[in-house]
Amino acid sequence: MSSEAFTTLTSRTIVLREENIDTDQIIPARFLTTTSKDSLADACFHDWRFEASGKMTGHPLNTVDLKARQIIVSGNNFGCGSSREHAPWALMALGVRVVISTEIADIFRSNAMKNGLLPVTVDEDTLEALMADPGREVTVSLETQTVTFGNRSVSFEVEPFARRCLLSGQDSMDVLLSALPEIQKFEEAQS
Amino acid sequence: MTKTLFEKVWERNLVAPETEDRPAVLHISLHLIHEVTTPQAFTVLNERGLNVRRPDLTLGTIDHSVPTLPAGIDGELPYATPAAKNQVETLRRNCAEHGIPLLDLGDGRRGIVHVVGPELGRTRPGMTIVCGDSHTSTHGAFGALAFGIGTTEVGHVLATQSLLQRKPKTMRIRFVGTPPQSVTGKDLALAMIRQIGTQGGTGYVLEYTGEAIETLSMEGRMTLCNMSIEAGARAGMIAPDDTTWQYLDRAAGVPIPREVDLRTDDGAVFDAHIDIDASAIRPMVTFGTAPDAAVEASGIVPSGSDGLDYMGFKEGQALAEASVTTVFVGSCTNGRIEDMRAAAQVLNGRRVAEGVRMLVVPGSEQVKRQAEQEGLSAIFEKAGAEWREPGCSMCIAMNGDRGKPGDLVVSTSNRNFKGRQGEGVRTVLASPYTAAASAVEGRIASPEDYV
Repeated sequence: MSSEAFTTLTSRTIVLREENIDTDQIIPARFLTTTSKDSLADACFHDWRFEASGKMTGHPLNTVDLKARQIIVSGNNFGCGSSREHAPWALMALGVRVVISTEIADIFRSNAMKNGLLPVTVDEDTLEALMADPGREVTVSLETQTVTFGNRSVSFEVEPFARRCLLSGQDSMDVLLSALPEIQKFEEAQS
Repeated sequence: MTKTLFEKVWERNLVAPETEDRPAVLHISLHLIHEVTTPQAFTVLNERGLNVRRPDLTLGTIDHSVPTLPAGIDGELPYATPAAKNQVETLRRNCAEHGIPLLDLGDGRRGIVHVVGPELGRTRPGMTIVCGDSHTSTHGAFGALAFGIGTTEVGHVLATQSLLQRKPKTMRIRFVGTPPQSVTGKDLALAMIRQIGTQGGTGYVLEYTGEAIETLSMEGRMTLCNMSIEAGARAGMIAPDDTTWQYLDRAAGVPIPREVDLRTDDGAVFDAHIDIDASAIRPMVTFGTAPDAAVEASGIVPSGSDGLDYMGFKEGQALAEASVTTVFVGSCTNGRIEDMRAAAQVLNGRRVAEGVRMLVVPGSEQVKRQAEQEGLSAIFEKAGAEWREPGCSMCIAMNGDRGKPGDLVVSTSNRNFKGRQGEGVRTVLASPYTAAASAVEGRIASPEDYV
């Protein structure tokens, strides 16, 4: 089985300056009663993008061409809060493929990488430079682990196993299934 | 070689250590599941023709989407939406198909996933415990390694009873000294998050130690470990001691073998250390829209804070000036019997202020029964509070229990995020003592005069 791969992306940025953008902002809990992964685009950042009446707000997520802007540049600690994998599902449904911040929450990071969404942490100076110029073109390469914009190129770290899965679209379930003989042995030794 | 508690638990559950190519394969002792984060995992299992490897190590409960109001005269539960009902029915079907025990509606053991695990004696020291829920860190109070996972990983555990994990770093958080009576596990948690920040624990497993932890009840320890995730840490742990073993003996109904070695060795090395002066901690509340925006309930709104516009607070304003519309006591953070007792202690012989709505939601059927037997529910109802059926309720506001735009909710839950308790609703996190005192006074109130 395979999942969505990620190698290199060149796209424009959407800047969300807020810090601690939590998973309740990314997808409010009332949309979590779904039993599928589909149709979550409207739920993504719903309460930022829609008024209670359903009317669209003037938020940049509504006014820019999202197809051309697949990179979110966010304030510190993006994705904090709950373990809901609906957060990366919803972001992907909106067309987002990369989130860049100075910190990205653990569970969100882990969930994102399993769904073809690349979390990238950079230093404060780089984040400031990216935030200063919303909509600029940025190239994010998972192959070289670099973020490149203008004449600047900075490297980022990524867990090597998740990187390999993401580059090849390999499903980590297959790796665990291949470990079943070891798991069996462990369980036998335990009982 | 000396080891930390975390390292001991990690090693005893390790199927295969990590290499550059592959993270460690970690065996899972107990997999807790609920209706919200599992349907898509079962879909993957069914599509791939995979079985649940260890239904005996899996336990289902229904908590997030379920109404906390009883069934109507037609016998139907008042679900918020047909989707919520469908989600509950989907879990029921998936558990039946795969032979997974389920604490279904009507089962006297049902409740919030992080309340029932410990109270049924399923949570044990030395275990690895996971759930598609970030507050799984709660179970670390028993010396288990317990953390939240996403739905893809729920599928991994269902199919293999294992997870691929990189070994996290360790941080010791030592509470030095003891706080006054009115300070609970919740106040320790909020003080800790204020000190280390919402990302201070990212990448770490926390171990809480010190005098204030040793004297803390299991309920208080669970509250503190529960909130570890609000500091960015996937897991928080406390070494088992007599308090732990006695709780477990009661919960399991049989004596549980003591494991005295299940503690951090003297001289074991942590990657980071934090000391917190527990004697200086007073009842805490949050004033912003992230859990580190915390301050003494009797204090003023600090300067340079985020989220004040949303909260409608001004720098320098006394929190006691803030009128409260709603009070919520419950959740996996503070929905246990001790929390019910704390709220009842403050409300006994008093009334909820005019115009304030107070919901008290027990964390489980067992908590509900016990609170009713102890006369706590009668105190709540006499005070003018609503006594509900068990569930997550207003903590996540998925089940119809929610505030209106502009409401100010003093809540014993774990997250004060914008809109968490309903669109436009403002949340102030607090202990059950503080929540109940605020209900009585109709404004944010420190419980120091009540406890």
